[in-house]
Amino acid sequence: MADNVAKFEHDDASVVVVVGTGAGGGVLANELAQRGIKVVALEAGGRYLPEDYINDEWDSFAQLSWGDMRTTSGDWRIARDFANLPAWIVKAVGGTSIHWAGASLRFQEHEFRALSTYGRVDGANLLDWPITLSDLEPYYDLAEKKLGVTRTNDWPGLPGNNNYLVLEKGAKAAGYSKVSTGRMAINSVDNDDRMACQQTGFCFQGCKWGAKWSAAYTDIPRGEATGNLEVRDHCHATRIEHDDDGKVTGVRYIDKDGTEQLQRARIVAVAGNSIESPRLLLASASERYPDGLANSSGQVGRNYMRHTTGSVYAIFERPVRMWRGTTMAGIVQDEAHHDPSRGFVGGYELETLSLGVPFMAAFMDPGGWGREFTSALDSYENMAGMWIVGEDLPQETNRITLNPGEKDRFGLPVANVHYDDHPNDIAMRSHAYAAGERIYRAAGATRVLPTPPYPSTHNLGTNRMSENPRDGVVNKWGQSHDIPNLFVSDGSVFTTSAAENPTLTIVALAIRQAEHIAAEMEKGTL
Amino acid sequence: MTVAHNSPSGSNVRGLTRRGLLARAMAAGATFVVGSGFVAARDAAWAVETTTLKPATMATLIQMARDIYPHDRIADRYYAIAVKGYDTAEKAQMVEEGITGLNLVAKAQGFDDYLSAGWEKDRVTMLRMIEHTPFFQTVRAGLVTGLYNQKEIWPVFGYEGESFSHGGYIERGFNDIDWL
Repeated sequence: MADNVAKFEHDDASVVVVVGTGAGGGVLANELAQRGIKVVALEAGGRYLPEDYINDEWDSFAQLSWGDMRTTSGDWRIARDFANLPAWIVKAVGGTSIHWAGASLRFQEHEFRALSTYGRVDGANLLDWPITLSDLEPYYDLAEKKLGVTRTNDWPGLPGNNNYLVLEKGAKAAGYSKVSTGRMAINSVDNDDRMACQQTGFCFQGCKWGAKWSAAYTDIPRGEATGNLEVRDHCHATRIEHDDDGKVTGVRYIDKDGTEQLQRARIVAVAGNSIESPRLLLASASERYPDGLANSSGQVGRNYMRHTTGSVYAIFERPVRMWRGTTMAGIVQDEAHHDPSRGFVGGYELETLSLGVPFMAAFMDPGGWGREFTSALDSYENMAGMWIVGEDLPQETNRITLNPGEKDRFGLPVANVHYDDHPNDIAMRSHAYAAGERIYRAAGATRVLPTPPYPSTHNLGTNRMSENPRDGVVNKWGQSHDIPNLFVSDGSVFTTSAAENPTLTIVALAIRQAEHIAAEMEKGTL
Repeated sequence: MTVAHNSPSGSNVRGLTRRGLLARAMAAGATFVVGSGFVAARDAAWAVETTTLKPATMATLIQMARDIYPHDRIADRYYAIAVKGYDTAEKAQMVEEGITGLNLVAKAQGFDDYLSAGWEKDRVTMLRMIEHTPFFQTVRAGLVTGLYNQKEIWPVFGYEGESFSHGGYIERGFNDIDWL
């Protein structure tokens, strides 16, 4: 932490309160602080830096994960396999930017116009974003510079590890051409006071070299160094308060000693991920806002998206040792476009992935046992692996609700996460499994394992952006339609999920939002 | 409960000598030496002392664990370590009832008990008949971490664990594949 870290009074109503410090909240807090704006950031988790990260899957999971009780419902397999763990995300200063793999892809132009491009799809609640790719391009530029994304700004791509080399060989033999080590927020050369990737693996457990960008050791300490940002860790936001005019006035939270506090605020920005952000808005229901804050549309918590995912692992005659080096070491992008002749709308990416033995045992076939299971694990050394990440469709009934039957340690209703696969999701996943199998067979695989989705790492859409206040929760700036000084600053603002890993877009939107808030404050309109 | 590994000299297991173990054995299953308050390997390479569970129950549980996640290159002691946590007052009743149920299934299949079935195929048939019970699901789920999170078995899978302390793989074979 910097020496001159700010300390603001609880009754200082001039501060912006940011709830959450991940790729959205952490970046917003720093960008506001850099512009001279006073910020209090509330973070439910603790503070961990590279020297604290643990390169052991379960120990790291215990250290970093959001493990508070959640419940699930719906026909997704997660509700059966991981009923109380719908999402694999982080509770710590820096949020899930500690855990993310680093893939940094811009959305495609048509993905901002999902409804216009795909047309109406039964059962889906498709909508165009209120912004276009060209609106976001300048901020993608800034985000790529901030994150040090390879293959942008003259930074070279990362070298391919064994897992990548198998993918590349198979993908090219299968006729694919857009195959590379991708655009990654992992330094391929020393940059921005962070060293280059040492091919250590354990990208998901926090990069002990700091080679991967995370808000935990970039934006957060830089924001603190301005003297304008105070990060309060182990502070769990419970309720956003408002005045008689309906404007928000502060955030109630439980501090690290278990004491309830109220931090007054000029502006509140919610960035607690697509599960906790709508939970907080719903939990803040009042006489004036009986359905929760910013919820006149009824869309808070709805349209939950988690990407169409799954993995394909394959076993080869000889060792691969996929765990060595960058976890997400390469990508095939030939299926990322929109081509309804494949039997679904939208597209998907295929990205290498590896798990260690402990997580492979937990996630390869949850609930599986016997020789079919163990004979696959016996060939762990000879495995290669890839992850499917594709556009899933917003559905109104896929949603976060408060579960009055389950309380957290503060006695507050936990979030229930309901998700039913849309037929489009199922068709896309089947297509992607077949593509993955074709790739690995072409590289000589002797056995292919179509592996079901993990607890969600990409959680999107539950406070979506819309042009018309009737259709969503926030406008194109992430400002709530109902309450002008209430913003949302995380992946929950995504109108649709697109095929790409979301972090770069979350960061670009946060930079853009910070610029907008600063300009409006300057004008006196906020 | 403790799981004791034999010392390299091979004679002493937490005060239980090889000869003593075998002498005290009361009932021998197909795989294990089951004595009063302990289960041991036939070669006395390891022993599990039980405080609450019947030793025969523990022996059956160890075999059941292997049959759920059979790895022929992983020794019994790792399965014993994975299930030793069930030897508590809190969990004993659930396990005793579960194993009793499993042995009843074995009898219905024409065996004296679960351990008497010599072929894995026969034992797996019995496990399939109880796989939806809370007992089976608890044991199976517990093994996912109880067995596979033992670092000692990772080399069997070729898995190297953390590499940070060795400087990663940048100069140690991250891209050394030579057969593509």
